[in-house]
Amino acid sequence: MGLKIIVLAKQVPDTRNVGKDAMKADGTVNRAALAAIFNPEDLNALEQALRLKDRYPGSEITILTMGPGRAADIIREGLYRGADKGYLLTDRAFAGSDTLATSYAIACAIRKIKHFDLIVAGRQAIDGDTAQVGPQVAEKLNLPQITYAETVKSAEGGKITVVRRLERGVETVEAPLPCVITVNASAPDCRPRNAKRVMKFKHAKTVTESQAQSEDYIDLTNDRPYLNIEEWSVNDIETDMKWLGLGGSPTKVKKIENVVFQAKESKRITNNEEELEAMIVELIENHTIG
Amino acid sequence: MGNLFVICEIEEGKIADVSLELLTKGRSLANDLSCKLEAVVLGHQLKGIEKQVFPFGVDVLHLADSKDLEIYTTLPFTAVIVDLFKQEKPEICLLGATTLGRDLGPRISSALQSGLTADCTSLEIGDHEDKKAGKTYKNLLYQIRPAFGGNIVATIINPDCRPQMATVREGVMKMEVYNENHKGKVKTIDVDKLLKPEDLVVKVIERHMEKSKVNIKNSSIIVAGGYGMGSREGFNQLFQLAEVLSAEVGASRAAVDAGYADHERQIGQTGVTVRPKLYIACGISGQIQHTAGMEESAMVIAINNDSNAPINKIADYVINGEVNDIVAKLIKLYKKNSK
Repeated sequence: MGLKIIVLAKQVPDTRNVGKDAMKADGTVNRAALAAIFNPEDLNALEQALRLKDRYPGSEITILTMGPGRAADIIREGLYRGADKGYLLTDRAFAGSDTLATSYAIACAIRKIKHFDLIVAGRQAIDGDTAQVGPQVAEKLNLPQITYAETVKSAEGGKITVVRRLERGVETVEAPLPCVITVNASAPDCRPRNAKRVMKFKHAKTVTESQAQSEDYIDLTNDRPYLNIEEWSVNDIETDMKWLGLGGSPTKVKKIENVVFQAKESKRITNNEEELEAMIVELIENHTIG
Repeated sequence: MGNLFVICEIEEGKIADVSLELLTKGRSLANDLSCKLEAVVLGHQLKGIEKQVFPFGVDVLHLADSKDLEIYTTLPFTAVIVDLFKQEKPEICLLGATTLGRDLGPRISSALQSGLTADCTSLEIGDHEDKKAGKTYKNLLYQIRPAFGGNIVATIINPDCRPQMATVREGVMKMEVYNENHKGKVKTIDVDKLLKPEDLVVKVIERHMEKSKVNIKNSSIIVAGGYGMGSREGFNQLFQLAEVLSAEVGASRAAVDAGYADHERQIGQTGVTVRPKLYIACGISGQIQHTAGMEESAMVIAINNDSNAPINKIADYVINGEVNDIVAKLIKLYKKNSK
């Protein structure tokens, strides 16, 4: 029996590889200098979904992402690796959302998708490290959640069995479907792109992207509906505007400070044995070591 | 105004360190706000547990004792706490940024439509003026945390929604007994009346918990390695230095991500916070996510080949050069001089 799986994914700035030009002179973040990538743990989540699809033929994987127009890139990435279709949730009304407003918008989009057995997401995104959106989406949809998932052992008979990796051990839990699971980086890495799928989906586009292209491309999408990445604005989903965007976010950023280190008076030591030995002797004498 | 609540975790029958640290911080914030400090403990066979929390200045302990709460699962814990918070209307709620707190916190915040800030490194009380709305807020909780890969530090507030919620990692706040003789009240929650069958649909069928093998938090000397160690083999050299110094080995997130070290050794914003007597940072550049977890070390030695690495600015000794070579020399020279 096939499963309908929704994978929640986020396009994030690659904060792991922050270069020297990542901060502007005025102390604000220079987003343009940071590559936009598929959030790493969302790739672990996609792999879990793909494994379920391998195991339960007839399964269907849908990628759902919220972000600016260019976030369609990660939907294409998902299609290349084995997902079946994607939805991009994009609107200025979502700008400035904190985790709660984000999960509200995502939950509304999932209600519109309507038919699903399982929602899989990465544990957290590297631009915020909050790990909140998964559980909050689960709460908004009134579904059970399994966080810190490492392996999905089975998903059949209306039940899912998952191994969780916790700080001090592992735990196997069983939950009824549908439910939300969030996947750790300790889970297997995502498989690479499949060359045939890259050929098949490289022209997959959202309506906005197609309109920016020549008319031939629009015809292409008409002939091959699988090339259509669905794009939803706030008007396409049922929401209460007061819970969206900046206004719907209980948390506000009061202040942002660039990180400035208070320089200590430090002793500079070069890599030669006399200087190193002098330091060791000093540390032994003042009982820091030994 | 409501009170300040700390959701406490139980570990092997005792209140977890992170919860006691939050009670310590909570007591001082409650004093700033002139409100009460209340603790919530959920679990099974909790008799006498109040003795562990009262010395930390807890005025009211809410106790939920039931077989259904023996092992943590999201739904019943959420149901009990959401029900309690709807009655008590807390001003502030603090949780440990543990696997439990990071599972439970967002669920509660969503149910109460309230804001939650993850992994705070500092909590303060302060005012806020919203010039656009022409409103002034008194005594808000400033939730301070590094953001955006640690390049900035953000102060987050929840002006309108209550409770103001925050999680804090173990070791970030200090643990200090408030008053050995402090006595509070115990209020018992009727769990059986509260839980519905749908709260109990998730079952834990197997569980292997192990005691943490590494104890970096309580080690007085830490040898920490970063991505600059170059390889897992290069990193392993640090264990030799740690052995001769009777130290523990720590790692930066980059080193853990690269597979040089296990996650339980990770120091920094997404790992543990340490305050050793001596911290030797090897091949660590010193992004704030890392320094947030070690900047209170009494003495820091930075070893790396970048004379402009940020870590050098907070180091007492800066050794410039090839890190593997220097570590090898330090091992040799220490052996020579310690006898």
